[in-house]
Amino acid sequence: MSKQIKLKKGLDIKLVGEAERTISTFDNTMEYALKPSDFNGFTPKLLIKEGDEVQVGSPVFYNKADERIVITSPVSGIIKTIVRGEKRVIEEIRISASANQQFIDFGKALPSQLSKEQISEKLLKSGIWALIRQRPYSIIANPSDNPKAIFISAFDTAPLAPDYDFIMHGKGELFQTGIDAIAKLTSGKVYLNLHPEMNTSKVFSYSKNVEINYFTGPHPAGNVGIQIHHLSPINKGDIVWYINPEDVVTIGKLFSEGKYDATKVIAICGSEVLHPKYAKVIGNCNISNLVKNNVKEGHLRYISGNPLTGSKIATNGYLGFYDHQITVIPEGDFHEFFGWALPGLDKFSFSRSYFSWLTPGKKYTIDTNYHGGERAYVITGEYEKVLPMDILPMQLIKAILAEDIDMMEKLGIYEVDEEDFALVEFVDTSKSEIQSIIRNGLDLIRKEMN
Amino acid sequence: MKALRNYIDKIKPNFEKGGKYEKLQSTFDAIETFLYVPKKVTFKGSHIRDSIDMKRTMSVVLIALMPALLFGMWNVGYQHSLSIGESNGIFDNFLFGAIKVIPLIAVSYITGLGIEFIFAQYRGHEVNEGFLVSGMLIPMIVPIDIPLWMLAVATAFAVIFGKEVFGGTGMNVFNPALIARAFIFFAYPAQITGDKIWIAGLTEGKGVIDGFSGATPLGNWGQNVVDNTSFIDMFLGFMPGSIGETSKLAILIGAGILIFTGIGSWRIMISTLLGAVFMTLIFNLFAANEYMKVDPLTHIVMGGFLFGAVFMATDPVSASQTNKGKYIYGFILGIFAIMIRVFNPAYPEGMMLAILLMNTFAPLIDYYIIEANINRRLKRVKKAVN
Repeated sequence: MSKQIKLKKGLDIKLVGEAERTISTFDNTMEYALKPSDFNGFTPKLLIKEGDEVQVGSPVFYNKADERIVITSPVSGIIKTIVRGEKRVIEEIRISASANQQFIDFGKALPSQLSKEQISEKLLKSGIWALIRQRPYSIIANPSDNPKAIFISAFDTAPLAPDYDFIMHGKGELFQTGIDAIAKLTSGKVYLNLHPEMNTSKVFSYSKNVEINYFTGPHPAGNVGIQIHHLSPINKGDIVWYINPEDVVTIGKLFSEGKYDATKVIAICGSEVLHPKYAKVIGNCNISNLVKNNVKEGHLRYISGNPLTGSKIATNGYLGFYDHQITVIPEGDFHEFFGWALPGLDKFSFSRSYFSWLTPGKKYTIDTNYHGGERAYVITGEYEKVLPMDILPMQLIKAILAEDIDMMEKLGIYEVDEEDFALVEFVDTSKSEIQSIIRNGLDLIRKEMN
Repeated sequence: MKALRNYIDKIKPNFEKGGKYEKLQSTFDAIETFLYVPKKVTFKGSHIRDSIDMKRTMSVVLIALMPALLFGMWNVGYQHSLSIGESNGIFDNFLFGAIKVIPLIAVSYITGLGIEFIFAQYRGHEVNEGFLVSGMLIPMIVPIDIPLWMLAVATAFAVIFGKEVFGGTGMNVFNPALIARAFIFFAYPAQITGDKIWIAGLTEGKGVIDGFSGATPLGNWGQNVVDNTSFIDMFLGFMPGSIGETSKLAILIGAGILIFTGIGSWRIMISTLLGAVFMTLIFNLFAANEYMKVDPLTHIVMGGFLFGAVFMATDPVSASQTNKGKYIYGFILGIFAIMIRVFNPAYPEGMMLAILLMNTFAPLIDYYIIEANINRRLKRVKKAVN
């Protein structure tokens, strides 16, 4: 029986620069980079060296803690540079793509005829396994686990997020093949969560082998973390896997075409993009071609991902492994004269303390300024308004700051993730780094568990 | 504007570590950020942030206090005119009041902010904006003729012992403004109790017309004397009292601003009112003396109850921090405020003590709310196991 869950808490941040529904294509002969920092709790061990030739699906590095988990090249070409940072930490493995793409053949197969082990093996070998992550901790799933459920959210409520109905158009069959494969990985259910207005096409609603439920409400209703909390909450020891719908298609392609095809449609958006639109790219691509002659002048912030949870990248940076969106917004590195005292018709605020409440439908350009100094936690009741979970955010944050493991567990640390607290961080009057605090809490508890 | 910015950038190095005036770093920073929102940008996590900050929050509270303050200034003049039997115009009354009230505000801010700046520098923190509100609340909850030195001592006590010893803004257990009032109340009771202190010049008695009492409705009721001030006068504020507390209309305008902007907790305001109504109705049921017969509405418009419920009980730091806790906190607070009023003739106004008392219990209330949340999670585990 599908449920309809209405969430009231949360906030839709309406930003200028939503991607128009057209897909442009680019010359794929450019540079690509794998960034080990995209993977939480992952210590990379290289399998290649500079100058090596790779094909699509060639292993590039693996996780020191679990050798089965390899990350493979999304393109064929030559390993150009391995960028190392402090203490020789591997930051980027840059691959320059050749004009002719050579795919490693992983062999076609029907998921329904394969066992759980055979499916896992195929996914692990092709590197596609890394697309499946687990809660708690948001790390790559452990192939030996039997998750109690697998979650797919078919809609993203984050600001300027891509419309999955649009980017998945015509990929229904591949999506179904992908679902059939991952459904074998759990003895529990595969949950596919839809939004009644954002998912109107048949791509998702006709899916089989899944339990479909509906969520409505403002952001973060589209976050899997919120959906898991309402449908199959994580208690201590529970493991739930999750995957992005576009990545399910990548899995589908592995089985129906026998290759790792990292092609995806991403949104290029944000107030500073001249013509925000969708682009068909290969994952981990360099973004300079995508934004060339398409951004406004000025000091800009390039984000791989959405403005709430994405990562800051350089003008010639690379798309993150799990990201489906490039957002460009203005940097806010200027002093604003009496900014806090102005009426603020153009200042977006969740509170009604600026007069922008007079224009509820307006879309805003928000820069990267903090809009105030960091302060002690004074205001209460603010975080609760944007967290649609039965979790006490302020108390959990304080338990993490105190490194009180016992209290963190009791207050539900296993159910949360950075992205679920992104809005809490956004609205926070004290301007503290709440997502980092949550990450520290998760890392701390994971260390304690192992 | 550019010239000012350039000047600030030019002198800034003097105030940084190793600079000539590094001891004034916090002070400089406070002035700079007052003039300009800092240019600091995000680097990870959420790249965009809400436009609200502590300065904006506190200024909204100050704006919400303005109607009560402005009315209070006028009322100081009006009550004084009544006491000497003159009828002055609105403007004259307001001017008289303003001249009396502004020095109180100045003393409160200078003392409090001075201490805050010193502590911020000592701790290496930025100056917190919390005192902008406390510093305005303190003069609004004292009688008009309070000596300035007494106000300064009380403010200093409140800031140091009510706030800084606990670790500064955000760490205090009690509402700092009420600590100041309680300090005066217990250290100098003569200046804050009785019938004569609520009207400017009445204690001195110069030119006061014969038979003018100056007693507040609350003072009368406290001695079980039936008070005949009309409801509308009490609602609009035409009565003696602490500077900011008299006009309920002005306070309700402030409450509206706080609730609409989302800055003040409606949960606390509503539940405090409900608590008071509940207690009054119980008293009405027994009606053992005249005071117990007073109806709920009259209780609400008398004295400082509403001012306390809107501006002081809602202080987010000293109140309950959980949403459910706020309901309980407010409800019990309302009960205590009325109970102290009716049962204890030594304290005609129970609001101050009720809030301070509930400040003590707020963490306990939160504790139970947190335990309930934890238990819900534990129950879920048990259900999953079975």
